[in-house]
Amino acid sequence: MTYCSGVAQVRLEHVTKSFGEGDEATTAVDDVSIVVEDRDFMILLGPSGCGKSTLLRMVAGLETPTLGEIYIGDVKVNNIEPKMRDVAMVFQSYALYPHKTAQANIEFPLKVRGASKADRAAKAKTAAEALGLTEYLDRKPGQLSGGQRQRVALARAIVRQPAVFCMDEPLSNLDAKLRGETRAELVDLHRRLDATILYVTHDQVEAMTMGTRVAVMSRGHLQQIGTPHEVYAKPETVFVATFIGTPPMNVMPVGLFERSDELVGVRPEHMELSANGGVPATVRMVEQLGHETLVICDAAGTRVVVRQDAEAPVPEIGEDVNLTAAEAYRHRFDPVTERRISA
Amino acid sequence: MKRRWRQFPVAIGMLAPSAIILGVFVVYPLIHSIQLGHLRCDATGTRCRDGGWIQYVDVFRSNEFQHALFNTIGLALMTVPIGLALGIGLAVLADKHLRGIGFFRTVFSSTVATSVAVASLIFFVLLQPEVGLLPHLFHGLFPVLKDPGLLRDPTTAMPAVALSSIWASLGFTFIVITAALQGIPRELYESAFVDGAGGWTRFTNVTLPMLGPTILFTSVVLTTRAFQAYAEIALLTGGGPDPERPTQTVAYLIYGQNSLVKNDIGLKSTSAVLLFLVLLVLAFVQFRGLDKRVHYGS
Amino acid sequence: MAADIGATETTHGSRKFGRYVLLVFVAIVVLFPIYATLMQALKSGPDSIDHPTSLLPINLTLDTMRAAWRIGDLGRLLLNSLFVSIVVTIGVIVTSVLAAYAFAFLDFPGKGLLFAFFLATLLVPAELTVVVNQRTISSLGWINSYQGLIVPLLATTFGTFLVRQVFLTVPKDLREAAALDGVGHFRFLGEVAVPLCRPTLGALALFTFLGTWNQYLWPSAIITDDEHRTIQIGLERLKTGDVDKLNLVTAGTVIAALPIFIVLVAFQRQLVRGLTAGAVKG
Repeated sequence: MTYCSGVAQVRLEHVTKSFGEGDEATTAVDDVSIVVEDRDFMILLGPSGCGKSTLLRMVAGLETPTLGEIYIGDVKVNNIEPKMRDVAMVFQSYALYPHKTAQANIEFPLKVRGASKADRAAKAKTAAEALGLTEYLDRKPGQLSGGQRQRVALARAIVRQPAVFCMDEPLSNLDAKLRGETRAELVDLHRRLDATILYVTHDQVEAMTMGTRVAVMSRGHLQQIGTPHEVYAKPETVFVATFIGTPPMNVMPVGLFERSDELVGVRPEHMELSANGGVPATVRMVEQLGHETLVICDAAGTRVVVRQDAEAPVPEIGEDVNLTAAEAYRHRFDPVTERRISA
Repeated sequence: MKRRWRQFPVAIGMLAPSAIILGVFVVYPLIHSIQLGHLRCDATGTRCRDGGWIQYVDVFRSNEFQHALFNTIGLALMTVPIGLALGIGLAVLADKHLRGIGFFRTVFSSTVATSVAVASLIFFVLLQPEVGLLPHLFHGLFPVLKDPGLLRDPTTAMPAVALSSIWASLGFTFIVITAALQGIPRELYESAFVDGAGGWTRFTNVTLPMLGPTILFTSVVLTTRAFQAYAEIALLTGGGPDPERPTQTVAYLIYGQNSLVKNDIGLKSTSAVLLFLVLLVLAFVQFRGLDKRVHYGS
Repeated sequence: MAADIGATETTHGSRKFGRYVLLVFVAIVVLFPIYATLMQALKSGPDSIDHPTSLLPINLTLDTMRAAWRIGDLGRLLLNSLFVSIVVTIGVIVTSVLAAYAFAFLDFPGKGLLFAFFLATLLVPAELTVVVNQRTISSLGWINSYQGLIVPLLATTFGTFLVRQVFLTVPKDLREAAALDGVGHFRFLGEVAVPLCRPTLGALALFTFLGTWNQYLWPSAIITDDEHRTIQIGLERLKTGDVDKLNLVTAGTVIAALPIFIVLVAFQRQLVRGLTAGAVKG
């Protein structure tokens, strides 16, 4: 039943999605083009309201694009029902049927497609084993922990062996520790299944650690696509520069850091306190975190964060310092378009 | 220990009004009815003869009571499943974000504004053989509508009462089920949809199971209403049509105009207590029976 | 707001149309009795003899309704129902709020027992209580009186439990802080507890009003004179057995139903809240 001729590439071409009519129309996704290669783990990253979930839902078939085309494999799927798209989706809240056992939940997609009872049970068992759920198959979601429920949702998705997995913030309902563990497991799952995954999150740590590629979005627009390293080291826009990285990159107003008419950005770990030369600033706050120290300074009204090793000398609050950064670590952006100016 | 007694006066003061009213007009009748139930009295309610506890069995076994019970069960069997199915059907039909859907929802809820008396009278007139509209429109298909009229034909009288009752309860069922539908998380439908489930599959795998508790509640309410049917009988058929009297329900047996036990407070109590017991058993059975299949959420 | 999907983008034009057709058809079926009744009520006397089954809204007149009003003394009937319903509603609110407060906020010996007592009353159907209550009211000399109609209805367990549910959601700290400030029970009740549950009280009031207005069994058991008769039991007196006069019954029905229709349209939200109070959570 798959239209995907074996290759699970997802192509979004100039996709736009608006809701509402006339004066009240809102554009959730604005002219976004993305290619997700076969076996990619593509992360759609951005703050809430940026359109990433809407984009995901369009790929899954829960929404139809207002403009543009979506291709899965070679097939244009704009008006094709999810049933025919060979896409599986994992929801943020897992969407497990409360009245069915874990096993019945996992079997459901197969049941819908008319698989025989034996066939379903066998495949469900395999999926459950892959996720360590064999002991819990008889329980209902109400009797499972959050982490277990999440795995049931995953098992239900993989049992169909779909071409594409769509995941909508599947980890955000888990506590921090569990989140960390599950992240690793998901990466492993991706490798084992050889699957194409489209993954939505607002958490940049997830994006950086799990994805093969990251697509950063803001307010419906695609800001940048690249590998995690690319978006970190060479952000295309001020938004990407400040969204990725904790603490965020210091993007300083025109003329502050250099004599130019550009915005200059330097990451806290690349910002140095120099003995001589550089931009004058006053130390406002020092945060000693144990493994590193953050020195928060005020440079002519702009807040600048400097990150240094725990061993480095710690300045006093109120002390006057000089800030400098190596040329290689300076990012420049056009003050109007906020886009990167290539050196 | 002292603190508990300290709030006692206030508590009693606050509870007194309710407790007294409930005590005098609910609990006392319950107890006293059981006592009266083994008496047989004359028209004035005095000069009672003690029939013993066996009177309960006698009345239960009597032809009149069995007949009334049979009729009442018949009414319930007609009104509850159909009423539920229609209520669910309408609720699902109207559960869409279409333009103007509010109007349709109001229409489907409208029968909740009718009292039993009003609804019964509406159907009484509607079913009159000579001037009623339903006979006028459909007597080609169903000759019985005019000859002798649905309410006067022993076979169709109770179904006609059932029709009136189903219509009257439609608004209530619709409102309750619609509210329950709002509580079903949209993501369950979306997940089923992405997995390839069509409309009917979604209905049986998501909607119906999630409606479980509400269906139970509604069915209990509708069944209780059916077993308490009095006004509709009084207004639609007067307990007839004679001589079979297929519409005489248990409640009508107790209170109706042509009731046999009208003036014997003893027998009235016996029947009333028996009705109470039947209702208890019903509620119990329904809760147990449906409860197994009902899911109460995670 | 969870509607099943297939209603948003994914509904194609033809399916939408089909649904509308179905909706209209069902609406017609549901409204038919009401519409037919309305049309017949608005027909003049002669018209209803000549064309008893015509459904066209032509030659409409209020004459029949006026006649029904007069003959059936509907004004008095409506007034009686209104009076009784209002008094009972107020009574139920008061008794329920007080009892609910005691159960929710107070602790006292015998609380469990009393609670069980209240709980037990939930099982008792009206049919059972009417037999004895009829005799009780009679011995009080309250047959054919307003107090006879009203007093037994002044307290309901449903009302008490409903309000208690809401009171239980008041955070404990609120009560404790008030106690520390020396706020007495009645003041707490009036200034904190009641305002917090106002929507529920609204629903309860509507529900009680409707329930009392619709009462048939109890009034028919103790009212036999014309002075105290309520609308539900009074309507049937328009049934004269004369087929030509049936339009009076129809007209009377419309008049009787009208107030409730208006009330419900005005208080839709409270109605839904009241009806679903017991249903949705099982």
